[in-house]
Amino acid sequence: MIRNERMVVIEQKEIARNIFELTLTGKLVEDMKGPGQFVHIRVSDSYEPLLRRPISIASINQELNQFTMIYRAEGRGTSLLSIKKQGEEVDVLGPLGNGFPLNEAKKGDTVVLVGGGIGVPPLYELSKRLVEIGAKPIHILGFQSQDVVFYEEKFSDLGDTHIVTVDGTQGHQGFVTTVLTELQNDFSMYFSCGPVPMLAALQNMYPTKKGFLSFEERMGCGLGACFACVCKTTEQTEVDYVKVCSDGPVFPAGVVQV
Amino acid sequence: MNRLAVELPGLSLKNPIMPASGCFGFGKEYAKLYDLSKLGAIMIKATTLETRLGNPTPRVAETASGMLNAIGLQNPGLEKVISEELVWLEQYDTPIIANVAGTLTEDYVEVAKHISKSKNVHALELNISCPNVKCGGITFGTDPAIAAELTAAVKAVSEVPVYVKLSPNVTDVGEIARAVEAGGADGITMINTLVGMRLDTRTGKPVIANGTGGLSGPAVKPVALRMVYEVAKQVSIPIIGMGGIANVDDVIDFMSAGASAVAVGTANFVDPFICPTIIEQLPEKLDWLGLNHVSELIGRSHR
Repeated sequence: MIRNERMVVIEQKEIARNIFELTLTGKLVEDMKGPGQFVHIRVSDSYEPLLRRPISIASINQELNQFTMIYRAEGRGTSLLSIKKQGEEVDVLGPLGNGFPLNEAKKGDTVVLVGGGIGVPPLYELSKRLVEIGAKPIHILGFQSQDVVFYEEKFSDLGDTHIVTVDGTQGHQGFVTTVLTELQNDFSMYFSCGPVPMLAALQNMYPTKKGFLSFEERMGCGLGACFACVCKTTEQTEVDYVKVCSDGPVFPAGVVQV
Repeated sequence: MNRLAVELPGLSLKNPIMPASGCFGFGKEYAKLYDLSKLGAIMIKATTLETRLGNPTPRVAETASGMLNAIGLQNPGLEKVISEELVWLEQYDTPIIANVAGTLTEDYVEVAKHISKSKNVHALELNISCPNVKCGGITFGTDPAIAAELTAAVKAVSEVPVYVKLSPNVTDVGEIARAVEAGGADGITMINTLVGMRLDTRTGKPVIANGTGGLSGPAVKPVALRMVYEVAKQVSIPIIGMGGIANVDDVIDFMSAGASAVAVGTANFVDPFICPTIIEQLPEKLDWLGLNHVSELIGRSHR
């Protein structure tokens, strides 16, 4: 069920430069099905800014009715969100979209998780769930530079973790693909979230591997009604287009034209 | 007595609130959130003869208290809308207003002829005001003679009353309104979006792939309200008002300016429950105003 709820801030902190971790509590958490879904946040009670902001879910704690999201404060909306304090309310619509298909992975599978920048957060809940079912996640996480790297320890607790920075200030220098070329090719499947060029590079590197990609596109309603976040599909599919918000944001590799 | 009921050509509305075309798809997404039978009517997404894939992305951009869109009339085409979308909507006790669009007069006529036969389509809304397609749309809505001709051509084949959706992108909206009334329109819906633009400050290039887009949301309400007020003085056919309506007070304003019912557009994206919320709040608002029936609001500003 999709709810619209005024959730309460449990904690908010800056975990890297302009990167915020926000934990909220409310009934809406009961309906979160799994990793890869997102919530649509109204950051102001006035009409300015007007539209909601789609933000991915980074971790879910159903026992405590809490979830955490990680976002970059860069525009008007996310900057307003970043000043919300403990005990304040946030207008949340969700959970929305379809997440990563966990049932694709089995016990003992080695699974590669590739994240880029602010695409890294949804991979955290995914990795926790994969560990729960006995799969072995390997994390390749790419960032611009050291000051925006986050969750290295948390991912390391769940499996092998490789940090890559474009400027080489932390971990490997280069792009996630730099690390991937050195990786053993014997993994079962890959999951990824990040910028489109990164997703495209992954598809090209592993044309025969099973993969699932989470996309981002400018959204209006977040429900599938406004047709703002439409993406063209490849010839492999029967439909001409998909909506990132309601058909995705996660699609099997090869479905969306990149 | 239902204090909110409104009678319009072809439409017995249980309340004067309906989602605006293009902001509600064909209802499926919102049906997951609430019972669509609560709505006065539903204005479905514009339907063209052929399947349309719409414009490239980005298709939307936020602006001060508003948004720009250039979706480009994406829709599955007449056949699918009739055989799938409208049939699915039959489960709800809500009249449908079918928004009809096209490139040539013949396209409008063909779509109108067939879609008006669907049993839950109680009225048509002629889209002569879409600013985001290269042909058709707004080109019909900015010339009074052409607008009147198209209205008459569609009236000749439609089995249900025809409302014409006016563009605000004209010098004299009253002139177009009078022309479509003379062409036989049963009602007017207004306004469509205002053509606007946003540039990326860093690159200097338009944010929307189409270059320009249609501005909507609370930012356009004063313009829409003024236009409804002007047109209400000049025509005797009813008006369904829209343009930035986001709360129950906005509804009161549009009806006071002369609208007999209203449509809610962009606000559905901000608060998907906005239509049922407004419907729930209306009776209380009428009490506050000391009115018995919602129809007492219509045209208050002119009296």
